[in-house]
Amino acid sequence: MQHGKYRFIAGFLIVPLALYAVFVIWPFVQAIYYSFTDWTGLSPDFAMVGFANYSRMLGDDVFWKSLQHSVIFALLLPLVTLGLALFFAFMLNVGGRRRKGAAITGVRGSGFYKIAYFFPQVLSIAIVALLFQFAYNPNDGVINGTLESIGFGDVRPNWLGDPNLALWCVMAVLLWSTVGFFVVLFSAGMASIPKDFYEAALLDGANRFTTFFRITLPLLWDTVQSGWVYMGILALGAEAFAVVQIMTVGPGGPDYSTSVLPLYVYQSAFRDANAAYATTIGVALLIVTLLFAAVVMRLGRRERLEY
Amino acid sequence: MGSTSGTSNGSAGVGRRNLLKRSAALGLVSVPAMSFLSACASGGGGSQDKAKEGKKTEQNPLGVDGSAALSVVIFDGGFGTKYATDANAEYKKAFPDAKIDFHSTQKIQSELQPKFNGGTPPDLIDNSGAQQMDVGVLSSKKQLADLTPLLDAPSIDDPSKKVRDTLRPGIVEMGRFDGDPVWTLYYAYTVYGVWYSQTALDRLDAEYPEDWDAMLALCAKAKKQGIAGWTYAGKYPYYVPFSLYPFIAKIGGREVLDSIDNLEPNAWKHPAVKAAFEAYYELQRKGYVLQGTPGIDHIQSQTAWAKGEALFIPNGSWVENESASVIPDDFRLSVGAPSALDASDKMPFGTLWASGGEPFIVPAQANNVAGGMEQLRIMLGETSSKNFTAQVKSLSALNGGTDGIELTPGLKSAVAALDKAGDNIVNPRIGDWYVKLQKEQIGVSGLGEMMAGRITPAEAIKKIQDFADATAKDESIKHYKHQ
Repeated sequence: MQHGKYRFIAGFLIVPLALYAVFVIWPFVQAIYYSFTDWTGLSPDFAMVGFANYSRMLGDDVFWKSLQHSVIFALLLPLVTLGLALFFAFMLNVGGRRRKGAAITGVRGSGFYKIAYFFPQVLSIAIVALLFQFAYNPNDGVINGTLESIGFGDVRPNWLGDPNLALWCVMAVLLWSTVGFFVVLFSAGMASIPKDFYEAALLDGANRFTTFFRITLPLLWDTVQSGWVYMGILALGAEAFAVVQIMTVGPGGPDYSTSVLPLYVYQSAFRDANAAYATTIGVALLIVTLLFAAVVMRLGRRERLEY
Repeated sequence: MGSTSGTSNGSAGVGRRNLLKRSAALGLVSVPAMSFLSACASGGGGSQDKAKEGKKTEQNPLGVDGSAALSVVIFDGGFGTKYATDANAEYKKAFPDAKIDFHSTQKIQSELQPKFNGGTPPDLIDNSGAQQMDVGVLSSKKQLADLTPLLDAPSIDDPSKKVRDTLRPGIVEMGRFDGDPVWTLYYAYTVYGVWYSQTALDRLDAEYPEDWDAMLALCAKAKKQGIAGWTYAGKYPYYVPFSLYPFIAKIGGREVLDSIDNLEPNAWKHPAVKAAFEAYYELQRKGYVLQGTPGIDHIQSQTAWAKGEALFIPNGSWVENESASVIPDDFRLSVGAPSALDASDKMPFGTLWASGGEPFIVPAQANNVAGGMEQLRIMLGETSSKNFTAQVKSLSALNGGTDGIELTPGLKSAVAALDKAGDNIVNPRIGDWYVKLQKEQIGVSGLGEMMAGRITPAEAIKKIQDFADATAKDESIKHYKHQ
C-alpha cells in the first residue's frame, strides 16, 4: 500500500515549502531581477539596463576591497573562533588533572568559566559593538588604559583609527562575542562522548593532546562542521555588518580598510539611493556564501562514526 | 517513513485524508499571498482617498481641508520632538476637526522608503539624520510636492508679507535642486565654524586668533600647558569641512567653493585649496591635534574638547545642545569664523558658513499635501519658531524671531557671528548634493587620512580630485550646478 505516499508527504511539506518560497526564494529571485535594472529604491519606476551594474561592479575598487575583507572574515574568523572554542570546551570538560572520584573532569572552576564564556551571548551584537567602541577609545579607553598601567603608555595605538589595526579590532569583537556560544555547543557535544573512551585512552597512556586529536575531535566532527558553516555565514552577513557599521571610522574606514560586502550593500541602497547596484553586490555576496558552504561541506566530508 | 504507511493504514486513513485536504487549503491561501508579494517591493502607487481641497480664505490661504487627517513624521535626533508636537497642537487649534497622526523615528529612510514605493507617504517629513533620503532622487522621480505655494502664502504673523520674505538668507535657494521648484524647506538654521570656550582662551590670556600665525602661536602656547590646539570627530572626518570650507572660500573667494560644488575639472587644484589644506596639515605635523583624535567619534571628541583637553573643534551650532551634558556652566561657548591665512585673502575675516538644517519635505503622493504645507507655515510663525529656539538651542529659518527670549551663550555668539559676516555667508552644497563624495571620499579617505598624518596635502588633493572626477562621470548619480 505505497499508493499516495508522496502525496501524503507533499501534504505535510506544502505549507513550510510555500513559506520558504515566499520568504526566502522569492526575495532572491526579486533581488537578482532588480540587479538588471536601474531601480533607485525610492520610487516604483525603473528600466532594464542589462549587465551594466555587473560591469560597474567588476571595475569598482571598493567592491573588490570589501570582497577581500569579507573573504578574510569568512576564512579566518571560523578557524580562530572554532579553534579557540574547541580548546576551551576541551579544557572545561576533559582537560582537567585527575581528581578523586572521576577519571575525566574539567579544569578547576570550569562551572564558572562556562558561564563567563557564555555571557557575551546574552548581549545583542549592537551593544557589544558599542561597548568595544568605548574600550578602543585611544584616550580614555580600557585597552590603552591597561597598556599604560603596565608601562606601555607610549605605545597608544589609535586602534579603530589606524588602517592597519582596524580590521583586526573588528574581528576581535566578533571573536569575543561568538566564541562562548561554540564553547557551550561543543561542551554539549563532548558530554555525549562516552566516558569509557577516554578512560581506555588514559589507561593506554595517552596525554591530553592525543586524546583531543584522536578521540574528541573525530567524534565531534559533525558539530564542528555545522558550526563552521554557521560561523562563516555570520562572518559574511549581518554580524559583520553590525560591528563594522557601529564601530568603524566612516563607517568602513579608515580609507576603506574595514569595508565589507554587507556594508557596501547597505550604503549603496540606503545612502546612495542605488538599490539596483546594492542588489548586484548582494548577488555577489550570495555567490560567495554559496561557495563557502559548498567548500566547507566538501572538505568536511568524512565517514560518520556511530557510538 | 515506509513503516508508517504499512502498519497504521486502516485506522488513520480518514484522519489523513482530512489532513491532506486541510493542507491543500492552506496551500491555496499561500498562492494569492505570493502574487500579492510580487507586487510589493516596487509595486505601483496606491490610490487612497486624498483630502479634498478646502476653501481658500485669509485664515486658510493654502486651502486646507480642516477635517482631513494630518500625518507627520519627525526625525528624533539632537532636536528631539517636542518642538514638533507643540506645533501640531497649534495646527489642532487652527483645525479642531483634524486628526493628527504623529510619529517619530531615527530611521527615516528604512521606515519611509516602503511607503514612498507603496504610494502612501505621510504628509510632512523631517528628512534628517544618518538615514536621510536622497531628495535629489525623490524630486527627480516626482515624489515631492513643490513648496512654492507655501512660500507665496502670507506669513502667519504678518499677512502683508509672504513666507519667502521672512526666511533667512539661503533657505529658499537651498531647497531648489534644479529649476524653480522648491522641494525642501530647511527649518533649522545652522552656523558652522570653529567652536571654542572663551573661558579656556581667557585662561591662556588669548583672544580668538584672527590670522593663522596667531592660531599657530596660540596652539604652541597651549601645547606647553599640555592642552591640544584642535580636535575633531576622527571617525567622521567630514566634520573638518565645517571650518575648512569657509576657510577655503575666505582665501580664494566663494567661486572656489562653487566650482567644487559644480564638480568642475581641477576645482580642487586651486591654490586656495592647497593653502588651506597645508595650513590644517601643519596643525597635525606640529602636534597641535589632540592625540588619539583619529580613533574617536564626534561625541568623544566633543567631550574631550568640553573637558578642556583641546581648544578648538570644527562643528555646527547643534554642538551646544548635543554636548549640553558635558559642557561646564562657565564654558562660555563661542563660535569663530575661520582665521585669515594672510593679507591677500579674497574675503574678509568673519566669512562664515551658515545654512539650513532639518530638511522638511511634503511628498507629492501624500493624502493631505495642503495640510503638510500649512503645518510648515505654522512652524515658520513666530510662536513656533521661538518655541523651537528656546527648546533646542538652535536658530530657525525664520529671520529674526529671537527677540524676547533668553539666548544661550553659543546661540548668542552665533547670532553675533552672523551679524559680523553680513553678506559674507558661504553655503557649500557638495554635502547635500553628493553625500558619498562628501562623507566617505573627501571626508574619510581624503581629509581623514591627511589629518591623521598618513598622506600629505598634495596626495589628499589628488585623491579628492580623482573622486570628484569619478562622481562627475558617474551616470547613476544626479548632477547639480549652482544657478
